[in-house]
Amino acid sequence: MSTREQAARDESEATGIVGRPAGFWRDLSSVALRALRQIPREPEAIIPALIIPLFFFVVNVGALGDIAGATGVEDFKAFQIPVAIVFAVTGVSRASALVTDITDGYFDRLLVSPVHRTALLLGLMVADLALVIGLSIPVLILGFALGVTFEAGVVGVLVFLLFAGSWGLAFTGFPYAIALRTGNPAAVNSSFLLFFPFAFLTTTFLPQEALTGWLATIADYNPVTYLLAALRSLISTGWDVTALWQGAAAILLVGAVSFTIAFRALRGRTSRK
Amino acid sequence: MDGPAIRADGITKRFGDKVALDAVDLEVHAGEIYGFLGPNGAGKSTLTRVLCTLLAPTEGRATVAGHDVDKEPTAVRLRIGVALQEAALDDKQTGVELLRLQGRFYGLTKAETDQRLSDLRRLIDIGDALDQRVATYSGGMRRRLDLAMALVHNPQVLFLDEPTTGLDPVSRVAVWEEVRRLNDELGMTVFLTTQYLEEADELADRVGIIAGGKIVAEGPPAELKRSIGSDLVVVDVEDDHVDGARRTLDAVDGAGEIQVEGTRLTVPVEDGARSLSPIAVALSEASVQVTELALRRPTLDDVFFDVTGQRIVEQEDVS
Repeated sequence: MSTREQAARDESEATGIVGRPAGFWRDLSSVALRALRQIPREPEAIIPALIIPLFFFVVNVGALGDIAGATGVEDFKAFQIPVAIVFAVTGVSRASALVTDITDGYFDRLLVSPVHRTALLLGLMVADLALVIGLSIPVLILGFALGVTFEAGVVGVLVFLLFAGSWGLAFTGFPYAIALRTGNPAAVNSSFLLFFPFAFLTTTFLPQEALTGWLATIADYNPVTYLLAALRSLISTGWDVTALWQGAAAILLVGAVSFTIAFRALRGRTSRK
Repeated sequence: MDGPAIRADGITKRFGDKVALDAVDLEVHAGEIYGFLGPNGAGKSTLTRVLCTLLAPTEGRATVAGHDVDKEPTAVRLRIGVALQEAALDDKQTGVELLRLQGRFYGLTKAETDQRLSDLRRLIDIGDALDQRVATYSGGMRRRLDLAMALVHNPQVLFLDEPTTGLDPVSRVAVWEEVRRLNDELGMTVFLTTQYLEEADELADRVGIIAGGKIVAEGPPAELKRSIGSDLVVVDVEDDHVDGARRTLDAVDGAGEIQVEGTRLTVPVEDGARSLSPIAVALSEASVQVTELALRRPTLDDVFFDVTGQRIVEQEDVS
């Protein structure tokens, strides 16, 4: 053994500090904590997500409140709170930060470490879940301030947040898939376009019974219709099991599709071919 | 670590029809600084990415720290430190946050990471800036942090992919000193790719020269340079005097194989001081119009030229 090798071995034995697998859960929390730390440092990415739902809420209530009354909606503010929540949480993700990691080479640094590959994406999604629940809270506070109450009570509020967070999480797979497939910031920004058909071709402005023609047909197949029905039921009806399971199924369906394409894209990005 | 720190047997990497690496064989001994030299696009980064487990070889087998890069990538990743071509950092985090995060990925406890931060303080050497966001760092500070991140887990083998590209001369020398210290004091094996001749000359115990995906020369820098002669006489002539100069120099006693690049002729000789006068006299007697006559030591670029007929053009960036 050379002197240099001996020196290396001595150092290693003296300190005992050498790399070892951290384990999946620690990898997951490491990626999530880094992502969560980034969020307040990028106010430019968060402020629009806060303002847009509040803006639409005020405009929709102001412009359509009277018309909606004619369609049988008793409290249009309560009717619009779930819409504002969906606007707040749909498409919010760390996909842009992921693209920056890819283009700056930091993603390669992660890949040469022993970190679990799935943790690289799931950790970001965990941070997204915390973020979208955080974004839902100001909208809920606005609703409470305007006198909106929950028929399902306090537990109903928590379930409401859980549905909102789960929907936000389910949708993140789309921007992540684009980020991982393309590594292109412009492509990730354009993923916002997916938001429009989901958010507007549904019961955003009027109840399902009031929709007619092609919009009624599309709304029947739009998962957001069932999500909004579930959220509205917690406010207006109480515990409507049918609405809740249909809402949960809609979230699971979208999540299954988006996560499948996102994790396939991750596999492609981390492939060593 | 028993056996070589790095061993590559017939590594080939193809991207579609393009052959980036063509049956590369390589052996780097434990505790050695191996300089991997070549121009842009020669295959340096591709081989580094194969050895760092970022790319799988199309053919061949490679081991790093005794583990197969293709079959045991996690075992390899735990034992290597990597600083890739661009300092790969997250501008939104502080230096300390990134170092701690790196420690977490390698399974270090908080106390162990603190110990390593203390050990690496001399290398990092960026004072209070370590608590500031990386976006505020200069190029030199970024590179030092990048290197420190590669070392947090005490790797056995350190891969440095063009570690000083884009650095000012002072920062470049600082990185060289640290690489040398890591090798001298800790016995760390260093695999260093570079397009800078001076860097390979300065740091490497052995140099491998790659061109067109193949290793075309390998050995200690001094030995490689000696292989093309002890000294070089460089003669610049007028445009239409190249052939005459060549014939004249061919006839000079002790002259080696003459290399011609445009109007410049380079003549390997064993003893430059003794050969210069006879060469000058011979050229004068043959009425060759000489614009410049100089004597210099061979460089690794001359070795590269000798085996490929081309120069590593980026060398002028170093100085």
